[in-house]
Amino acid sequence: MKLVLSPLLAIFASHALAAPVEIKAWRHDTGDAEMVASGRMVERFNRSQDRWKVVVESIPQGSYTESVTAASLVGHLPCVMTIDQPAVPNFAWAGNIRPLDDLLPAAVVAPLLPGGRGVYDGRLYSVGQFDVVLALFARRSALAREGVRVATIEQPYTAQELYAIAAKAKRAGRYRFPLDLNGKAKGEWVSYGFSPWFQSAGADLIDRADYRRVDGVLNGAPALGVARYYARLFKERLAERNPADEKGFEQGRSLIQYTGSWKARDYAERFGDDLAVMPPPDFGHGPRVGAASWQWAIARNCRHPEGAAAFLAHVVSAPEMAAMSRATGLIPVTEEAAALTERYRPGGEGRIYFDFTARYAVPRPATPAYPAISAAFEKAMSDLRGGKDPDEAMDEAVEAIEYDIARNNGYRNIHAREAARK
Amino acid sequence: MKTILGRDHPLAVSGFAGPALILFGVFVLLPLLLAAAATFTNHRLVSPEPTRYIGLDNYTRLLALQVTTVAPLRDAAGDLQRDEEGLRYPTWRQVRQARPELAGYRPAWQFELGERRVVLAATDPLFYRSLINTFLFALLVLPLQCGVALGLALLVNQRMAGRIFFRTVYFAPVVTSMVVASIVWSFMLNTDRGLVNELLRALTGNPDAGPDWLGESSHALLAIAIMSAWQGAGFQMLVFLAGLQSISSELYEAATLMGANAWQRFVHVTLPGLRNTIVFVLVSTMLMAFGLFTQVDVMTSGGPLDSTTTVVYHAVRSGFRQQDIGYGSTITVVFFGIVLLVSLLQRVLLAKGANK
Repeated sequence: MKLVLSPLLAIFASHALAAPVEIKAWRHDTGDAEMVASGRMVERFNRSQDRWKVVVESIPQGSYTESVTAASLVGHLPCVMTIDQPAVPNFAWAGNIRPLDDLLPAAVVAPLLPGGRGVYDGRLYSVGQFDVVLALFARRSALAREGVRVATIEQPYTAQELYAIAAKAKRAGRYRFPLDLNGKAKGEWVSYGFSPWFQSAGADLIDRADYRRVDGVLNGAPALGVARYYARLFKERLAERNPADEKGFEQGRSLIQYTGSWKARDYAERFGDDLAVMPPPDFGHGPRVGAASWQWAIARNCRHPEGAAAFLAHVVSAPEMAAMSRATGLIPVTEEAAALTERYRPGGEGRIYFDFTARYAVPRPATPAYPAISAAFEKAMSDLRGGKDPDEAMDEAVEAIEYDIARNNGYRNIHAREAARK
Repeated sequence: MKTILGRDHPLAVSGFAGPALILFGVFVLLPLLLAAAATFTNHRLVSPEPTRYIGLDNYTRLLALQVTTVAPLRDAAGDLQRDEEGLRYPTWRQVRQARPELAGYRPAWQFELGERRVVLAATDPLFYRSLINTFLFALLVLPLQCGVALGLALLVNQRMAGRIFFRTVYFAPVVTSMVVASIVWSFMLNTDRGLVNELLRALTGNPDAGPDWLGESSHALLAIAIMSAWQGAGFQMLVFLAGLQSISSELYEAATLMGANAWQRFVHVTLPGLRNTIVFVLVSTMLMAFGLFTQVDVMTSGGPLDSTTTVVYHAVRSGFRQQDIGYGSTITVVFFGIVLLVSLLQRVLLAKGANK
């Protein structure tokens, strides 16, 4: 931290006599461990120098994005705020946040893995401390009882194999719903969890060449294959449509759970060596997982961007990243920070998650249309669960997305053009 | 000399009505006018581009409707193609490629008529689905909720021990937050381990008994209607109770003396005595049913297969989640018109009934 901050501190030293300038920050309210760790991180920043003082307000996660949207409408955004990374291009396009390329030193940005960056139109708009990955969780003893092998990075389950395992377990009668697809989670989980299946089959949410074409991408042959597969899991009752809770796997009601690494620590404590952490299923092009989680960005109307930038540099410094990871179990997004943690350093017990991010991570499409894409995709997947014809469901999603793009004039980047004109 | 303002004096009238009118104007009329203005624009919640006037585009997109028929697929020999679910039809996209005049239309409702499939196509099929669902919900919940409420009111109006206790118990769901009630009910209606299905299994002895209440399009709206009736009936019960107690006990005594049994007393004394109460309860329940949102948002998110999406839910989804304020406003303004029409119709019908 010292190393990274010292050039910044040198610049600020001349102003050091004045009272610190307050910098307002908003963050989404998550679990206690993360909030406490985040609070300590801010405290350390405030103590490390006396020019800036970051004051954090936390807002419930459920209504966080709405709050930020509302604040942006009336021009009351705080200087610094957290944003879920896939929504970053939308905020950048709307002109609410500013590029960080000139604000953050290259030495701070360079080590960040893709999971730590929020990029739109070639510029960096947000940086993050941690990432999560997707994985299949199972108990070795339960797999052995069903006569099923444990999948590895070298040999992940193919989609067909996973289906066969579930069908076999269902027939054996020990599980009413052998697969747990984390069906209780809604909202962004659906896109986060299942768009990698499409990417693994060679499809995608949108053509990433120009972020305009959806037809033939989200409803092409590979995509339809995944859609049919997904629909079949529910139709044959291998997975539950509306689970009552999120404890199916913990309580032994399902054989294999597909969810995010945020569960990893709980499961490791509960099952110990019996826990098998496996890569997501392979639909033909290797397993894929979504990249990037919540990140930090600076508002365009922030009056002290250099102070906000100093805070962000502090946030993504290796010791801070490592401290957050230690407190919450989340995966750090630089090699250096990973090496500082027990869990994620080479040979650490959580290293496999770090390997998953390094090998499988695909960022979600960096386009302002992402919220609309995600909403349409979520709707299509929910219709598939309900039994809709896969061709119709995917066609509908394609049309909803195309309509949204057309209604927004193709999401032209107005601010980049204005900047170019100047 | 002092001036005494009569109750009809304009100053007195404006003095009393003024504050209410100001509040009404600021919090009801102004938002309504703003929403009406937004319907002619492409106003977005988040967008760097300026809002433009787009005329009636929002209205045509919302309301455009076409009825068309689709022929089933035939193979090379000209025979009808079939699969396990019966005749095979082309997907809507294929239909539209063959018929360019259907560009932008999607099926809202379809049924098979012989070998042909009749499709009601709209540019916003979800709106028509929502509208149908909203009326269907009102139709389901109205007799259910009012019937239960009347029954409960008759019960707790008896002169028996502990009636205050029962009144409290029946009223309790009303003061429970709808969100909490919805969450609890979605636990109870869970397919695998819900109370309702476990009960069914215990009663029938079949370990696989019990439908997927919220996961199947044929059950979801009914489940929500039953839950809403349970939650709301306590309020109507209180209104009925007040109505019941305003019926003079002499009427009952007279009826008893004339030899009327309990059923005759109910039909010829209670129901006529409750006439105005019933009208009020029916109208207010109907209007509340049109506002269905919370249960849908918490329990089903409009699914499965759009079977529980309602107009208010559709408006919120378009306006806030898809950030399309102009379009969301259009939905609410059109719906406001429809509800207004329905209430006018009710008034006319009731006025007719009263003249008889």
